[in-house]
Amino acid sequence: MTALGTATRAGTVPRARTSTEPAPGRPGGPPGVRPGPRPDDRPAGRRLGLGRPVPAAGLVGVAVLVGVWVAGSASGLIDQRVLSAPWTVVTTAGDLIAQGDLQENLGVSLTRAALGLAWGVAAGVVLALASGLSRVGDALLDGPIQVKRAIPNLALLPLLILWFGIGEPMKVITIALGVFIPIYLHTHNGLRSIDSRYVELAETVRLSRPQFVRRVVLPGALPGFLLGLRFAVTGSLLSLVVVEQVNATAGIGYMMELARTYGQTEVIIVGLVVYGVLGFSADAAVRLLQRRALAWRRTLED
Amino acid sequence: MATHAGGLTAVVEVPADAPAVAVRGLVRAYGEDRVLDDLDLELGAGEFVAILGRSGSGKSTLLRALAGLDHGVAGTGEVRVPDQVSVVFQDSRLLPWARVLDNVVLGLGGARRAARDAGRAALAEVGLAGRELAWPNELSGGEQQRVSLARSLVRSPQLLLADEPFGALDALTRIRMHTLLRDLYARHRPAVLLVTHDVDEAIVLADRVVVLDRGRIAVERRIDLGGARDAADPRFAAIRTELLDALGVDRKDVTA
Ligand SMILES: Nc1ncnc2c1ncn2[C@@H]1O[C@H](COP(=O)(O)OP(=O)(O)OP(=O)(O)O)[C@@H](O)[C@H]1O
Ligand SMILES: [Mg+2]
Repeated sequence: MTALGTATRAGTVPRARTSTEPAPGRPGGPPGVRPGPRPDDRPAGRRLGLGRPVPAAGLVGVAVLVGVWVAGSASGLIDQRVLSAPWTVVTTAGDLIAQGDLQENLGVSLTRAALGLAWGVAAGVVLALASGLSRVGDALLDGPIQVKRAIPNLALLPLLILWFGIGEPMKVITIALGVFIPIYLHTHNGLRSIDSRYVELAETVRLSRPQFVRRVVLPGALPGFLLGLRFAVTGSLLSLVVVEQVNATAGIGYMMELARTYGQTEVIIVGLVVYGVLGFSADAAVRLLQRRALAWRRTLED
Repeated sequence: MATHAGGLTAVVEVPADAPAVAVRGLVRAYGEDRVLDDLDLELGAGEFVAILGRSGSGKSTLLRALAGLDHGVAGTGEVRVPDQVSVVFQDSRLLPWARVLDNVVLGLGGARRAARDAGRAALAEVGLAGRELAWPNELSGGEQQRVSLARSLVRSPQLLLADEPFGALDALTRIRMHTLLRDLYARHRPAVLLVTHDVDEAIVLADRVVVLDRGRIAVERRIDLGGARDAADPRFAAIRTELLDALGVDRKDVTA
């Protein structure tokens, strides 16, 4: 077969090679049947890759979904009482912004999520380093963390409310508890799965232990950490939704709870959209970070 | 960092006029199998020795013992190596997350500025000037191996250990690498211990070829062909035949 690793050129039209087209350089095709391949018209090289990237790939599916919503509401197929029309939601959002409600509640929610995320990431990294870089740390920490991992955050909520009350500390702690698990797991795994060949290399160039950690272990564990961060960001928003249903006096979740008691479907949907946009942009941000930080990696995604 | 496996192997400081490498009574065993069995070997300062041997004859085991990479392998014997030992692996073993220059100067002591200048000079020597900021992934296999050579050279080694460094390269690149290695060797004059499967490679490069068999050195052959070595030279062919015999390769196998 032809070059497997050839990068698809921009402007190349990828298409599957049909059975009537002989592979270039392979005998068998009757000469003259097919016009000679122009350089830009040859079948796309990289067979096992994912092909040409779809522009703005992340948004396509969302756009389709919104399109269905718009069409359904416009044609009356979707009952307004069940699901408000997109334009109703947009005007409601406009009203909420004009009154300042949306910004205020969003600010509160974002602060909660960010604080929980920050504490959770810090705790996850510290614990992963402690147990990934020392056998004693591993013996002490890994077991309890695996147990914590098996307990859903939601199940801890009654205890956390008893301990920390229903104020902000409880909310931030709950979010942090959900965040630190994926950070810990993936960073720890990254630290432990450093290729032993690099350890050998480090010995032959006589790296000191701190140098070894800085030059080999940490960069080697970075992909794991960033993967954990993606899970953590999504997890922080999940926990946010949960804690905001518990006796909150501000926040997007509070706004939605309030709307429920007044039967304001459109406000609830505004809240949902805000949660969705938050999650989506947070994940996009981490993915951007991933691309930047792992520029050395050439993966299928490129 | 320990330069040697602990245990029963004695590590002794080298007197100034001593041979670069002295191995006496070296035994290495995996379980019951003695891979190296009472092996003796000496390398003079600046001597280039190639090791041939069948697969599994213990070449890598010997090299790893000299490099001090065989922690936990049972064994006895005496190994003397110089202070500055560099290793070139079969895979270039570049850290994929570090740029080329950072790989070359990895762990290099002294002032950062001086180290980087030395690294740049070493890269220029292997023909990779201008690629300092590339990622290892962006280089071809041959270029990666040249970076790994630069990483070894920048440490001014008194002993260069190489385990099939060109084994993964195509024939043409390999010939270029031979020329490069000979040049670098002529300029820096480290003692070199090169493990290879390729008899011609051994004859082209080395001052002396040793054949490892059943954990010992079975045959030693000095290569007295001078500087320019031509595989068409009848003396070259004679040495090749001799070494292939020592490796237990039938002449029929070669011509077949
Ligand atoms: N870590 C290990 N555990 C057990 N046995 C080993 C180990 N490493 C090597 N051996 C055995 O030691 C013997 C010598 O291995 P070594 O790698 O030194 O051979 P070699 O001469 O380098 O072979 P090759 O030319 O294939 O690289 C082999 O029989 C091998 O199976
Ligand atoms: Mg080997």
